[in-house]
Amino acid sequence: MRRIFEGWGHLIQLACVAVALVLVFFAIRQELVPPEFGKYGHYRPASLDEIAARTPVFAGREACASCHDDIATAKGKGPHANVGCEACHGPLSRHAQDFTSQKPVLPDTAKLCVICHEADSAKPKTFPQVVSHEHAGDTACGVCHNPHQPKL
Amino acid sequence: MDLSRRELLAAAGKFIVLSGAALEAFESPSGAVAADSKYRMADHWWAMTIDIQKCIGCGNCVRACALENDVPEGFFRTWVERYEVNGDDMEHPQVESPAGGIHGFPARNTPGAKSFFVPKLCNHCAHSPCVQSCPVGATFVSPDGVVLVDQQYCVGCGYCVQACPYGCRYLHPTKHVADKCTLCYHRITKGLTTACCEACPTGSRQLADLKNPRDPVHEFLRVNAVQILKPQMATGAKVFYKDLDGSVR
Repeated sequence: MRRIFEGWGHLIQLACVAVALVLVFFAIRQELVPPEFGKYGHYRPASLDEIAARTPVFAGREACASCHDDIATAKGKGPHANVGCEACHGPLSRHAQDFTSQKPVLPDTAKLCVICHEADSAKPKTFPQVVSHEHAGDTACGVCHNPHQPKL
Repeated sequence: MDLSRRELLAAAGKFIVLSGAALEAFESPSGAVAADSKYRMADHWWAMTIDIQKCIGCGNCVRACALENDVPEGFFRTWVERYEVNGDDMEHPQVESPAGGIHGFPARNTPGAKSFFVPKLCNHCAHSPCVQSCPVGATFVSPDGVVLVDQQYCVGCGYCVQACPYGCRYLHPTKHVADKCTLCYHRITKGLTTACCEACPTGSRQLADLKNPRDPVHEFLRVNAVQILKPQMATGAKVFYKDLDGSVR
């Protein structure tokens, strides 16, 4: 048996070097390629969990209604029924977790309402719009209108 | 070097065992998004619908997005454009978006002109040019149809920023990696809607799940005149605009 490999020394040497290089390649690859890379596609699947793990800043209107159902019910009867609470009061997920930790914004109706309702020709024609200084002068909208049920 | 048969076999055996272990590391299964939650990626294919006839250009979506996602000042994951088309010159609409519309728009009344607002965001393309251009596998379409960036893996080359035909990506000024709309992936996987949809006062924007047979998106697509942006680019865009004017680019 030994006689078969006689004179093959240089080839076996070369083969050993090749095998060693392949092993080094796999070792480096195992070290560098993140675990499970390519499970769903050419990317690191753990990044999905990392992106999904962030904490929401806006709690969502259902969270608000679970405590403030009186306001949610009142608002639900008016034209602002589909306006989310946090659209005006700001993001409140910390308030939803613990109401002492974050205070909702009480917006200034003189500045808030015109963001939506100031007349602009690009706005849909069916959307209620006013030229605010002609409509009420310097009077804040909240003096006449209740933002939760704005119809007079 | 003189190698005995024993040594040769040992080396060959090590090679086979080690490469087998390496192979297994690539194929072993793992937990899905938040393995403890009921969310299954295979059950969803996320999209968004935008009704141009409901957008009032208030900028609530832009502000909500910035608050929800810590978007750096001067950069936008979503923004609103005000279009004005004068006469029959549809090729050259006047488009403005002061600070992305984050403070709303100064009131303008130009009688006779056709004007409207167009909210824009990542189209979460099914055949996304940005994903195809990424050289390192840092950006990808998730199994539930959201185009995301692995910011740990991104090298900040900016190829994807150039590849996006909708201008929806930017390089984060301090992290120096690509950043974009995640369709509030951290919210939609918890059963919430996106921050922009939550804050939209008119319901112009709606998050849609194309794999949910009870989602109103199916009726929306069936009964309305719906368009996507740059359909000629065959990106598989998944933001569907109702009553979009032909002048919008």
